[in-house]
Amino acid sequence: MVLMTAITRDEVAHLARLARLALDEGELDTLAVQLGDILTAVTKVQEVAQGDIPPSSHALPLTNVYRPDEARPCLTPEQALSGAPAVEDQRFRVPRILGEEE
Amino acid sequence: MSEVVSLTAAELGAAIGTGEVSSEEATAAYLDRIGAVDGQIGAFLHVGRESALAQARAVDARRAAGEELGPLAGVPVAHKDVFATKDMPTTAASKILQDWRPPYDATVTARLREAGLVILGKTNMDEFAMGSSTENSAYHVTRNPWDTDRIPGGSSGGSSAAVAAFEAPLATGTDTGGSIRQPAAVCGLVGGKPTYGGSSRFGLIAFASSLDTPGPLARNVLDAALLHEAFSGHDPHDSTSVDAPVPPVADAARVGDVDGLRVGVVKELDGDGFQAGVRQRFRETVELLESLGAKVVELSCPSFDAALSAYYLIAPSECSSNLARFDAMRYGLRVGDDGTRSAEEVMSLTRAQGFGAEVKRRIVLGTYALSSGYYDAYYGSAQQVRTLIKRDFDAAFENVDVLVSPTTPTTAFPIGERLDDPMAMYLADLCTIPSNLAGNASLSVPCGLAPEDGLPVGFQIMAPALADDRTYRVAAAVERALSERDGDLLARNPYAV
Repeated sequence: MVLMTAITRDEVAHLARLARLALDEGELDTLAVQLGDILTAVTKVQEVAQGDIPPSSHALPLTNVYRPDEARPCLTPEQALSGAPAVEDQRFRVPRILGEEE
Repeated sequence: MSEVVSLTAAELGAAIGTGEVSSEEATAAYLDRIGAVDGQIGAFLHVGRESALAQARAVDARRAAGEELGPLAGVPVAHKDVFATKDMPTTAASKILQDWRPPYDATVTARLREAGLVILGKTNMDEFAMGSSTENSAYHVTRNPWDTDRIPGGSSGGSSAAVAAFEAPLATGTDTGGSIRQPAAVCGLVGGKPTYGGSSRFGLIAFASSLDTPGPLARNVLDAALLHEAFSGHDPHDSTSVDAPVPPVADAARVGDVDGLRVGVVKELDGDGFQAGVRQRFRETVELLESLGAKVVELSCPSFDAALSAYYLIAPSECSSNLARFDAMRYGLRVGDDGTRSAEEVMSLTRAQGFGAEVKRRIVLGTYALSSGYYDAYYGSAQQVRTLIKRDFDAAFENVDVLVSPTTPTTAFPIGERLDDPMAMYLADLCTIPSNLAGNASLSVPCGLAPEDGLPVGFQIMAPALADDRTYRVAAAVERALSERDGDLLARNPYAV
């Protein structure tokens, strides 16, 4: 398997859009070089991980945990909204989300 | 009050217990110490003078009322700024959370309070715990008390600097790839990473959820063990919390017996790239354990060679997902909301201004590693390596009780040296990462000063999951034998009291 470890500036710009990061020109240039270096350095995982080794998402075995479905005390609306950048009528006020230009 | 500040946490807790000194006096002494030296060290992002004194008076009142309190009741602690505290700002050293006050306490915070520990303030760190030098803090650098031109380690570098400069007897940290053990090593402290799930992540600002583990930093093994016991244990608020008793780490720290213990030296975690003085002190300490009756063997964990690579795919992948919560909508910074911009534009501007360079680098790297077409080659392969590393540990622990290595390849490096070279910075975590990927218990204890620079060297002890007590037992043996040989090493630090 040939692995691409060079990464273009346009690819970085695409990733930044996916991650909702408005990076400037200088950051895109720097990151294209650095990500290429890092990805080259970490290709070792592909040499080692050959065959049908099962992946581990966690170190220890996990089972889902439930609690009883009972009402219990929680944050008040004031507490929940206490760190909000903008509030209106006991709700988070946000910039427009509809009619965005594509 | 320098006498109070020079006591160990265990001694101070005992003195408060007998009424020899009040918690208020001890807390005031530490606040004075912070006032005197933190201008040079920069360990704290926030000092809660009034809240600390109020907590101390409350502990003194509980004691006066005849309440039975724990061994650390009334003892001050420095708290890493990654844990939610409802009475203090919680920023994770990021601009995106500047001045944010959470509406609830992390479980670790709540347990510190229940145990009567007095929270002095919040310590500096690499932004969102991403780094090995605390230089990635959005606020200021933190200096190593052994040499203020050098880094205090990271990401829990404010915590390690505070304890090494005697600004606090104890501190909390979190360890995702070595962020407790590495700062402990380079500041001459004891730092423990509990078994994953042994300490709660509830209210801990998430970096890489399958790796993040809260743990203690202290100037000696028993103090670290007492703090470990104070905040660990099952938490129903954390779905990955292990429902098992806390391993008896304080008892193990008091015993410190290694006679007959099987110790494995990991071949892959030592070598030519390591500083000569680090290798020398490490080898001497292994010989010391042998002289105390331990049976030492060298063994190989071949997959450890790929641990750093796997980590720098897994951790950024989880980070890119976890940090999606910083969307400028519900809390934290919001930039550019002038009525003309869409939510998506505001979100992108806020995240670009609110996150620092290392955080952005990891978010973009993680987004790449998880994206369709690359997922199998990067994230998928890294998860397979994680399985292999776990198998190497399992195989090793069939033959030995603990594994040992140097904690870090070098002593503290100069501030600024690795800032522009991410891969060089990442190498600081070479020896600590395997235990994060496998989730087992691990701890760093000082093993002397490197002859070439006079700076502390850390000795890492790794034990199976839920056998945390073994790491403390070995560390206590090392600590005792070294103090007989070298005297009080910490006293050679210019900020020692």
